[in-house]
Amino acid sequence: MERTTVDLWVGVFVALGLAAIFGLALKVGNLTSSNIGDTYTVTAAFENIGGLKPHAPVKSAGVVIGRVDGIVFDSKDYEAKVTIKLDKRYQFPTDTFANIYTAGLLGEQYIGLEAGGEEVQLKNGDKITHTQDAVVLEKMISQFLYNKASDTKSSESTKAAE
Amino acid sequence: MFKGLQSTLVGLGHRAIEGVWRIGAAARLFFYVWVYLFESFKRPRLIVREIFATGVLSLLIILVSAFFVGMVLGLQGYNTLQKYGSSEAIGVLVALSLVRELGPVVTALLFAGRAGTAITAEIGLMKATEQLSAMEMMAVSPVARVIAPRFWAGVISMPILAALFSMVGVLGGYFVAVPIIGVDDGAFWSQMQASVDFRDDILNGVIKSVVFGVVCTMIALFEGYDAPPTAEGVSRATTRTVVNSSLAVLALDFILTSFMISV
Repeated sequence: MERTTVDLWVGVFVALGLAAIFGLALKVGNLTSSNIGDTYTVTAAFENIGGLKPHAPVKSAGVVIGRVDGIVFDSKDYEAKVTIKLDKRYQFPTDTFANIYTAGLLGEQYIGLEAGGEEVQLKNGDKITHTQDAVVLEKMISQFLYNKASDTKSSESTKAAE
Repeated sequence: MFKGLQSTLVGLGHRAIEGVWRIGAAARLFFYVWVYLFESFKRPRLIVREIFATGVLSLLIILVSAFFVGMVLGLQGYNTLQKYGSSEAIGVLVALSLVRELGPVVTALLFAGRAGTAITAEIGLMKATEQLSAMEMMAVSPVARVIAPRFWAGVISMPILAALFSMVGVLGGYFVAVPIIGVDDGAFWSQMQASVDFRDDILNGVIKSVVFGVVCTMIALFEGYDAPPTAEGVSRATTRTVVNSSLAVLALDFILTSFMISV
């Protein structure tokens, strides 16, 4: 085969390969969404994080404004210490409320931030003090059953008293 | 009885020695390929020609099978996922299974069948017709002139082919999920982007494909180089290339995966 034809085809081949890797990175992967520009870091302590994982989104009003950077167990307070990276463009007051929510019934877990009314804004390295743990389904069910049992017991006792 | 036991043991010993000898010979060849690394990059034209033979000519089979694999994944995944009411997760399923596993592994298997056999047969025939000996007589190292360019061509082609496989496979899954089944277009891509991580998934897939490229090309080269210089020897070597490459790829895939997924 002609020399230039071979070169042309190999060039097309390599270009296609690079395009495929770029396509995978941008269209399939999260290279674009994880790249949120300048960030600042805050921490939050939770008693139970449920299934929260690193890289999970941090949302406020449903908009992704940051990502979970890391999760470590704090053996002093027996709590999970979650490091959050927030986009520099978004500032939150110091009494912001951090909740762990689940997207849908079986979806992934994310952190939702609800702004408070304080004048002072969170700075790099600050700690969010108001947190709410992840909902653990087993706990909820056992609580529900316990309440149900105590309800029937009390109604029975009132019946007996009558 | 005693004679039978003795001959069994002799056979076992013979096989063990031959196995060790082959591993040693393969390692030696691998070492020489590295020694002639810069030598072969001094003549990039040889490598370009081999990339054409191994990579470009494998393009059609890789792309067509990728599209069909993606479509099958889309159909099968939808069938199961819609039972749990989460058919939007089809994009995640297709993308993750392609990028992490099927892309590198199926590409490597096809590569061994399409390009590996060609390399083995070509080198085996070169040896049978004493072309390699002729080169040595002219003080041209056959490793530098024949083996090393093919090795680098295979190592370069494999990741490109695997990336193309994954991309076309995702498009195949998209083709089944969105226009045919009617999954929402936005949910397909956004759920995929939310769950596929560039480093953990895509880059690990690329690493896998590079490793498979090294292994498949090396097995093909060694089997050709080591083939008995007869018609039967070359045919056996070609068969061994496919069998050994496939086994090596599947076994290595398990090992690599267990390293990449921290349990």
